Amino acid sequence: MEKRVRELKVDYGPAENIYWVEVLKGLWITNRHFMVNMWRHILHALRIKAEKGAVTFQYPEEHRPIHHRWRGRHRLTVKQNGAMRCTACMMCETICPDECIHIVPGESPDPNVEKFPEEFYVDALRCCFCGLCAEACPLDAIRLDVIEPEICGFTRDIIFNKEFLMGLNNDRPWEEWYIENKTDSKEK
Amino acid sequence: MAKEYENRELILPTKNMALAMGPSHPAMHGIVRVNAKLDGEIVVEGSVDIGYLHRGFEKSVENHTWNQGIIYTDRLNYVSAMMNNVGYCLAVEKLLDIELPPRGTFLRVIMSELSRVADHLTCVAAQVMETGAMTAFLYAMKAREYVWEIVEMACGARVTTNWTRVGGLMADVPGDFVDAVRERIPLVRDVIDELDKLVTKNRIFGDRYRDVGVMTKDEAIAWGFTGPCIRASGIPFDVRRDTPYLNYDAFDFEIPVGTNGDVFDRYLVRMFEMEQSILIVEQALAKLPDGPVSVDNKMVTLPEKADVYGSIEGLINQFKLIMDGHGIQVPPGEIYQAVEAANGELGFYIISTGGDTPYKCRCRPPSFALTAALEKMITGQMIADVIPIFGSVNMIGGELDR
Repeated sequence: MEKRVRELKVDYGPAENIYWVEVLKGLWITNRHFMVNMWRHILHALRIKAEKGAVTFQYPEEHRPIHHRWRGRHRLTVKQNGAMRCTACMMCETICPDECIHIVPGESPDPNVEKFPEEFYVDALRCCFCGLCAEACPLDAIRLDVIEPEICGFTRDIIFNKEFLMGLNNDRPWEEWYIENKTDSKEK
Repeated sequence: MAKEYENRELILPTKNMALAMGPSHPAMHGIVRVNAKLDGEIVVEGSVDIGYLHRGFEKSVENHTWNQGIIYTDRLNYVSAMMNNVGYCLAVEKLLDIELPPRGTFLRVIMSELSRVADHLTCVAAQVMETGAMTAFLYAMKAREYVWEIVEMACGARVTTNWTRVGGLMADVPGDFVDAVRERIPLVRDVIDELDKLVTKNRIFGDRYRDVGVMTKDEAIAWGFTGPCIRASGIPFDVRRDTPYLNYDAFDFEIPVGTNGDVFDRYLVRMFEMEQSILIVEQALAKLPDGPVSVDNKMVTLPEKADVYGSIEGLINQFKLIMDGHGIQVPPGEIYQAVEAANGELGFYIISTGGDTPYKCRCRPPSFALTAALEKMITGQMIADVIPIFGSVNMIGGELDR
């Protein structure tokens, strides 16, 4: 395609120079927004179904619909028998650009599995949630799919250990977060 | 105004006052300091202190593998991170001499242009907010949110995207992506129209923006301007047209140029560019082909997950691409690749000596030249005009200080 150039020029005519005309036009736009949103809020208050008034979400009570591709907190997946899927191959620790994953490999108690992580720490203070660990994992053992908007909301103790990442000693197991907050975009 | 002031008779002898704005000042986006010497309200001498946000981008990229470097580019211009991802990956791909499949190229174009819309919205919004239009700012933020929802859909994060990979993309976009973009484009357009109605013809802004911070054609070239700022000065320079990358040749769009090179022209250019970007997105969506998004090259792209879980070859391939010292082996050489980022020409100059890490990665940030010229633009202006001038160059700390 050839290069097309457009010269931009805005000259003010008499109407713009009067200044009030444009101010009133602007006020018309803002007031229209206000009235439309107000009307919708009134309908909501009267429990009549209407479009959402404002685009904001009343955060702690109401959550934004989050796409299922969202990269959230880490989770270690488990097999059907409840054992860890991770075999301590160290791929995630190698690719992590922030060096936030620390694994201590050991011999697995299960005779069918050779290796498993005795310790598995994720330092969420260093983590930048790039998702490279999940991409590098050859076993689908680590995922970043727990929607937890307040990872460090009330505590600074966010170096996650193995049990926490597997959802064993978590007050709120990941399934709860998953079901509550994860909205598939198709449902919207 | 300044002329009259200089020629007046001095009744009382006065001294210049030194005023430091920033580093943490509400009108200084990011952290940067403007040292101004004031004679009354006129800035007689201005200088800009930068470097408060230096993170060692170039060194960090040199210490990481090719794919790990991408996350550092997210933090350059954090409003339009996808364009930085694309620029870095294009540079590495040029060294590797590989070309993306058409779907990957189209998706890169779509997301680049959407990021440009988000970036320009932010810039215009911040600029008008600093001169008093809080409502226009909030409307623009609403539109930016629509764009960032699409970004979240494509890559799983809103700001730190980490979306591209050397030789392709993180993953193909989800199935409902095209519909979601088509659904949101009219919403963004409405907001841009509203912004236009609120600001463009309003004399308050016209008087504030016209003939302020003027850069003529020659000065703009001499100071190394690129992007919307050089176009506002009247030079139709656009990397997308002058040294085409991706497949921008296939799209029909106009390059806006200003007449004066003042703050108002920069505003107009940004507003027009947003519309053109949306036009490009629409054209790309209409032509979006099917197929893979990443190159089919086992030395570069990670294998499909089904291969990794199910076959030993796939597993070995995955390990070979990730293990220390193995990874993507880029042949020795040096390359410069520039993309038209939201602020101007964002270039990556990469030297490879072979192996899985770059030997040197130099970034040419567009904000740097613009911020350097700030000194010239604010000298002789009123102190209140420093704010719109500063807003119009759209300084982004992450990109400027790297």
